[in-house]
Order: sequence, then structure tokens, then C-alpha cells
Amino acid sequence: MIGDLSIPVLIASVLTASAPLIIIALGETLTEKSGVINLSLDGVVLFSAMAAFVIARQTDSLLLGFLAGGCAGMFTGLIVGYFSIYLHLTQVAVGFALSLLCRDLAYFLGNPYSRVQGPTLLATKLPFYDSLPNSLQVVLTQPPTVWIALLLIFLFYCFFSFSKAGLSLRSVGENPAASFARGLNPGRIQMTAVLAGAFLVGLGGAAYSLSLKPGWGRPQGAEGIGWIALALVIFGGWHPIRVALGAMLFAFLQVSGIGLQNLFPGVPAQVFQTAPFPLMIFTLVLMHFSTGNTRKQDYSENKTQGFAGKLFLSRAPKALGKNYKQE
Amino acid sequence: MKNLSGAKLTERAAFDILLGSILVLGFTALILFITGAPVLAAFQNIWLGAFASTTKMSQVLSVWIPLILCACGLLYTFKVNLWNIGIEGQIIMGAIFAMAALRVPGIESPLLRLFLAFLTSLLGGGIWGLLAGLLKTRGGVHEIFGGLGLNFVAQGFVLWLIFGPWKRPGIASMSGTELLGRELWLSTPPGWRMATAGLIIAISVIIITWLLLEKSHLGLNLRAVGQNPRAALLYRISPENYYLQSISIAGACAGLAGFLQVTAVYHRLIPSISSGYGYLALLVVLLAGYRIMLLPFLALFFASLNVGAVQLPIVLQLDSSLSGVIQGCCVLCALFILGIRQRRRQS
Repeated sequence: MIGDLSIPVLIASVLTASAPLIIIALGETLTEKSGVINLSLDGVVLFSAMAAFVIARQTDSLLLGFLAGGCAGMFTGLIVGYFSIYLHLTQVAVGFALSLLCRDLAYFLGNPYSRVQGPTLLATKLPFYDSLPNSLQVVLTQPPTVWIALLLIFLFYCFFSFSKAGLSLRSVGENPAASFARGLNPGRIQMTAVLAGAFLVGLGGAAYSLSLKPGWGRPQGAEGIGWIALALVIFGGWHPIRVALGAMLFAFLQVSGIGLQNLFPGVPAQVFQTAPFPLMIFTLVLMHFSTGNTRKQDYSENKTQGFAGKLFLSRAPKALGKNYKQE
Repeated sequence: MKNLSGAKLTERAAFDILLGSILVLGFTALILFITGAPVLAAFQNIWLGAFASTTKMSQVLSVWIPLILCACGLLYTFKVNLWNIGIEGQIIMGAIFAMAALRVPGIESPLLRLFLAFLTSLLGGGIWGLLAGLLKTRGGVHEIFGGLGLNFVAQGFVLWLIFGPWKRPGIASMSGTELLGRELWLSTPPGWRMATAGLIIAISVIIITWLLLEKSHLGLNLRAVGQNPRAALLYRISPENYYLQSISIAGACAGLAGFLQVTAVYHRLIPSISSGYGYLALLVVLLAGYRIMLLPFLALFFASLNVGAVQLPIVLQLDSSLSGVIQGCCVLCALFILGIRQRRRQS
């Protein structure tokens, strides 16, 4: 029990709250595995949430809404990809500027649709719902986004671990020059990864405005999520399962914050709302200390791994953030 | 590049500026067109909102001041290739420390109180910057995430203060703490909305930053660390040391912005005391291509957009975030032109 929340309700809430975040973080994992950082996530999540809500309302179709969210994400991916892969500009600079641009664009274009009713993706009952015990019924009554997110974790794991395409993608992220020598086209592979990753980010954004926090307004409620997704990719060591677990941990912190609010009425609600963000990011510090490598991380590559270090063993793709220029 | 004559260089720069302006104006017009808003009226309202009267112009300056303080601070961190996204939190901590100093009981002289607040704001911002630096050098957390984490902590802290220990007698609300006594307001010329002291501080910071970065040993060492930390280490220049120095200085500059937000603009502590000026300053510095000479002009341009867009919701029922769209678009277009140029040079 945390506050007023029972265990089944807690699990159900964590699953619901983490689904969009899992989709977004997995999208970014795909992009970063290919060696490109898409730092624009925070703005893109809002932009795609807005696009999804507006289209879903106009067409009265949730499917078209989600598709619009994905396409909005992909459009921003196109900019990130073109600027970094073909123009060789600093990925962080492009991503940051695009993040602020997309956020404001979302607020500006979405203004007429502020606080109006629109279609919402509701939780659905499973076919064998009635035969389940009560607590499982609570846990398993979820919107389809939850099942999609869980399926994606499995697909991503298989893609990176067992498929040839996954291997090519990883090799480009590690060493694009060597991949090129082996007959791969790093630029094309990176661009595909950026576009596909950004599409997923857009879908995640759509899940916010169409399912988790239905509707559009300023603030929408998904502010800061893009930054968390970026931190989660590091937290999860670029491994899909651990990235997803990190997303669930974040959702747990958020949900328990709501529970704790009732336990500590003296502390303003706003403090609990902001708390999961620093907690998540400072977990990165703990992880870093646990690797036994506490100093000189940028210019010395000697790494000693303690026991906990092995547990959290992770290394960024070697070419991450570095632009590859084909000779 | 070197064999181009001066005239040709100017010609190229003029062409780039023209191309950039066309791209930005074209994109903004398209966005306005999509929403069905009158394009010319929107631009006209932004212009009038920023420059129609001396009061409005002074308001532009009141945005220009914190923007230039943060932008100058960011130059130090960009020199060593650090992304100081924690600058928002540094503004907030500067404001909190200043407010704390102003609330210290037993000090009679308002001038002394203000001076104390000035000093503590430097300290507050500096410490917050230093923390992000320590997280990077000792904690191995990328400065973007350490800085963001500290931003959220600072935001939580300011909310706790406003709703908790520093709440207005009887009521706690999002509108902030109780107003400061008039004697603690930095004086503004009659009819203006900008404190003279703020303008003096901002101009002094620009000059000091220019001297330190261009004419001092510190600037040289910072550049050495930024260019190649490993090589700098061989010359006994400790990269860690300079990371910490640069980010603390950046924090102190942002802290000053927080001090001015409290004593010259809002005269109290409010939840959104940083007003997003830190993020905006990052865009200004990117657009300026890290050149200090361009900062004052670009900061003025961004400040006038911000102030000018305020009346869009009232007059045209458009969201004031149009200014952010134009600002972000300016930076992306500048990057695009830079990329195209580099590509042309290589081929």
C-alpha cells in the first residue's frame, strides 16, 4: 500500500502511465543505437500529441489521430536526420533548437483546440475478463497502448539480439566507417533508424493526448516527458528491456507521488509532481558510482567494473553523437 | 575561405541574412496561414507590441537584461563544450538566495540588504552551476541530464517555499510571495519598466565577459579545454577544474538574472520566476554562433519578439508562443545555412 493505493491498482496505474513513455523511450533507443541522438523529444512529444488530438477530433477517428501523431514525429525526425547525417551539424544543437520550436509550434497551432472534447482511447476488457479473479481484472483492464508497448519491448529485444537488420544497425552505431567498408550504407541506415524512432516518439506523444491525459491545452501534462525518455535510454544502457523497466520505475514514482500526497498533506502537490524527474536523473548518478568508475570519464577509457558495475554494465554506442562523413 | 576578399565576405553574409530572413518569414507566414490568422496583422502587432511606446521599449529592455546575463554566462560553458541546460535552475536559485537575503531580519539599511541580495544571488546561481558541474565530473552524469534534474529540484524548491515557509499571510497561491517593501525595489526611471541598475549590471557583465574570454588567460585555457581536453591535460590544464569554473561562472551570471527578476521586475518570488529566459538564452547564443559581439543585438531581437507577442492573444486571439516559433525557426535556419555553406566548401 502507498497512501490509498492497493497493490493491484498500483500495478494497473503503473502499466497505464508507463505505456506511452515506453513507446517513446524505445523509439529513442532505436535512433541512438544507430549513432544519432535526437534531442528534440520533449518538443516532439507535445507537437505529435497536438497533431494527433487535432486530427482525431477533426476526423473523429482515433486511428487517423495516432497516425497523424506518428507522421508529425517522423517529420521532425526528417529534420534531425537531414541536418545531422547529411549536413553534419551538431546533433545536440539541432535537437535542442527543434525541441523548443516544436513545443511552441504545438502551443500555437493547438490553441484553437484548447480544452475541447475529443475522441479518447478507453481501457478495454479482455475477452476472458469475467473468468479472472478480481485483482487481475483491475490489472488487466488497460487501453490498447499498454499491449502495444509490451509487444514493442519483445519485438525490440528480438530485433537487436537476433535479426540481421538489428546487427547492421548496431554496427553502424558502433563504427560507421567499418560498416561502410563491409558494404553497408551508414547514412541510409541511420536515416531509417531516425525516421522509425521518431515515428514511435510521435505515437507515444499521441498516446498522451488521446489516452493517458486526453485532450489538449497549455500545459498539456506531457511536458518534461521527452527529457525523461532521453534519460531513460541512458538509464537502461541502450537495452530495450532495461529501458522499459526504467520507464515503469518512473511511472511508479509518479503514481506513488499521488499516493504520498494524501499521506503528507503539508507538502504542496506541485512538489510531488516535480519529484520523479530529479529522482530519475539522480538514479543515473548512483548507477555511475556503482560502475566503480568515478573520475576522468571523458578523457580516460580505463574502466574498472565492480560487482554492481557488472549488474548495470552498459556502454553507449561508440559513434553516438558523432557525425560520420563518408569518404 | 581565406582567399575571399572582404567585400565578397560581406556580400556572402548579406546573402545569408537575406536567405535566413526569407526562410523564417516564409515559415512563420505559412504557420499563420494554416491557422487562418491575418499574416500581416500578426507581424504588425508584434512590432507595435514591442516598439509602440517608450514604456514598451523599456519592457523589451527588461527582458533583454536577464537574457544577456544568461547568454554571457553560457559563453563560458560553450567554450569548454558544456551544454548548461541547468541554467533555468540557476536563475531560480539566484532568485531564491536573493529573496532569502532580503528577508534576513535585523538589517535596517535597504541598500545594504540589496547589496547582500546581489552577492547571495551570485552565490546561489554559482552553487547550482557547480553542482551540475560536479555531477558531470564526479558523478559521470551528462551535463544535460544533471542540469535538467537540478532544474526540476529548483522548481520544486521554489514551489515549496511559495506554498510553505514563505507563503503570504493567510493564503498560499501560485501568484507568489508577498510583495517586497517599496524601499527594496530597484529604482526605475519614471514611466519606464526597467531598472537602471539592471542595465548597468548587464552592460558590465558583457564587458567583463569579453575581457575574460578574449583577453585573459582564463579564456585561453577554457578554449584549450574545449578544443581538446586530453591535450590540455598534457599542458597541466585540468579539464575538470575548468569545467567547474566555467559552469560556476555561468551559474553566477544566471543568478544575477534571478536577483533582477526579484528586485526589479516582479518584486516578489513567483513560481515561474525564470520565465524560460535560460532556454531562450541558449537559442540566442546558438544563433550568434558563440560570438559575444552579436549577443546584444540578437538578445534585443528575441526580447522584442517576446514582449511584442504578448498582445497577440488579446488583439488577434492567437497564442503568444508565436514568438517562440519565430525564435526557434531563426536558429534552425541559421544552422541550415551554416550546414549548406560547409557542404559547399567541402565539395
